[in-house]
Amino acid sequence: MSTRIDARFAELKQQGRSAFVTFVMAGDPDPKTSLDILKALPKAGADVIEIGMPFTDPMADGPSIQAAGLRALKGGMTLRKTLAMVRDFRKEDNATPIVLMGYYNPIYIYGVDSFLADAKTAGVDGLIIVDLPPEEDTELCIPAIKAGLNFIRLATPTTDDKRLPAVLANTSGFVYYVAVTGITGSAAADSKVVGAAVARIKRHTALPVCVGFGIRTPEAARAIAENADGSVVGTALVDVLKGSLDVDGRATPKTVSAVADLVSALAQGVRGAKQAAE
Amino acid sequence: MNQNLPNSFRSGPDERGHFGIFGGRFVAETLMPLILDLEKAYADAKADPAFQAEMNVYLKDYVGRPSPLYFAERLTEHLGGAKIYLKREELNHTGSHKVNNVLGQIMVARRMGKKRIIAETGAGQHGVATATLCARFGLECVVYMGAVDVERQQPNVIRMEMLGAKVVPVQSGARTLKDAMNDALRDWVTNVHNTFYCIGTVAGPHPYPMMVRDFQSIIGHETRKQMQEAEGRLPDSLIACIGGGSNAMGLFHPFLDDPSVEIFGVEAAGHGLTQLHAASLAGGRPGVLHGNRTYLLMDADGQIEEAHSISAGLDYPGIGPEHAWLHEIGRVKYLSATDEEALAAFQLLSRLEGIIPALESAHAIAKLSELAPQRPRDHLMVVNLSGRGDKDVPQVGDILKARQK
Repeated sequence: MSTRIDARFAELKQQGRSAFVTFVMAGDPDPKTSLDILKALPKAGADVIEIGMPFTDPMADGPSIQAAGLRALKGGMTLRKTLAMVRDFRKEDNATPIVLMGYYNPIYIYGVDSFLADAKTAGVDGLIIVDLPPEEDTELCIPAIKAGLNFIRLATPTTDDKRLPAVLANTSGFVYYVAVTGITGSAAADSKVVGAAVARIKRHTALPVCVGFGIRTPEAARAIAENADGSVVGTALVDVLKGSLDVDGRATPKTVSAVADLVSALAQGVRGAKQAAE
Repeated sequence: MNQNLPNSFRSGPDERGHFGIFGGRFVAETLMPLILDLEKAYADAKADPAFQAEMNVYLKDYVGRPSPLYFAERLTEHLGGAKIYLKREELNHTGSHKVNNVLGQIMVARRMGKKRIIAETGAGQHGVATATLCARFGLECVVYMGAVDVERQQPNVIRMEMLGAKVVPVQSGARTLKDAMNDALRDWVTNVHNTFYCIGTVAGPHPYPMMVRDFQSIIGHETRKQMQEAEGRLPDSLIACIGGGSNAMGLFHPFLDDPSVEIFGVEAAGHGLTQLHAASLAGGRPGVLHGNRTYLLMDADGQIEEAHSISAGLDYPGIGPEHAWLHEIGRVKYLSATDEEALAAFQLLSRLEGIIPALESAHAIAKLSELAPQRPRDHLMVVNLSGRGDKDVPQVGDILKARQK
């Protein structure tokens, strides 16, 4: 099985550069603006797109992404509409990998089998589900792999060498290294420490390793890009989106461009990196 | 009742933390290694006679156990049916059953070398118990409490602060117990290296539901012994209120394999089951939140709904996974009581027995008024009086005063 994720990382490897992965919340601040942002991301330099599935109780997210999820839910976003958004995106872009990221309950309630079928049809390539560790692989991970989707696991500073093989066992697409113990939007990790952690994970797997949590600026993105196969930026994008809204929290004409401009600047940072770590 | 009943109702959970389909370990990877460490540390402690011996000393001299099993004579006369006994958990140090569990967990935390303790709290009873034992053992204590609950349970906030704990008012979501638990989990993910999360109820990722149940089971074990002494036999029925369900599980668990014992749990029906309430078994369905699969209040998209109860301690949209399982297999009957019924029971017990119950416990008393009169006079009924009502006196006083106008 090869997905758009595998193809994209193979392509980037040939070009000798690190991936830039962007995170946006589906439906934030409303479904239409959110789709426009999604469509603008590849042009602005996103190599892989993570789309947050809004959830009322995101226990691993900081205040920015919590608020983004609540804005989306208030705007009427549902998991069904998130899949519809991916379907609309796919009408124009059949190459950029899409990874859905979120929590298990909405998927469990949707029904695992129908969710996987609908996600695959919509053009989703992978899933990152924060509250499904390897101990719960029978819930969604194994069915997802059977359905032809990548199941991307989070590895963290607390995932030691003894535990890494279990974490990597059913992981495909890439490994998402959470650079700090903490929630999204936490302070940045030192890029040298991150480099050592990425090297440690790479001793256990041939998969690309992307790094997220705490990356906000082009400089930070470049420093991470020099030490990893990709860098993930989420909270900074969500914050700039929020800053573009009017006093009632509605989108303004500046919303899409505000996000796209930051993505461009961050992508420049990533592309300015020296060859990614091997 | 389900046709495929297990040989014992007391053998769960399995090694992966499941009670039937419920329970499990639905947590972020950052927490997983610690959860596995905790499972091992708890298993070691359980097997260590010195651990139990040390705990027994504190249970007796610090908590004040055993708590009495008291024959409520006037309440029995008033209801005119079953003979009613109250298990007096409200007489424990700190004023509720919560201390039984906190003592156990703090002793496990000390074995693990953790110096910083965090907890979530609704009514503040678990927070007070945690702050108390942290003071006793010289540990740093941070308690997450919904901002709404901080407002309606002021006496407990003041107590926690007096005991040296830091109380963090949680502003996210509905600003009640669910949100306090979210923020406690976020703290834990961030400070996992030095922090022990002292969960207040029989919920959360394995091994918490099992561990908390074990620590609370002293309630049921004492009740068995005390009822033997008082009446020479087992009780015929048990009643307890349920938010997450730790006082209920503590009373019920030692009796689950006694088929003659009827068991009733009482959820909070708030304004009524067709309106805002906190009865996850009556009004919810299975889902995954806060580390376990259990019954939850949620919408069609799987978004968690806000619970409502007059009682901050029951104001939670979920329930412990073992209760969800006991509900599905039919071993325990789950009822619900509204805010109004609880308020009436609060006053009834105060007037008849001179005991002001916590609003949480008043939900169990409320159903007693339905169940006791239907049963014969030789029927022995035990109600878990899980907490005392001092903390609720200002809130109930305001409600009653407003009604007099």
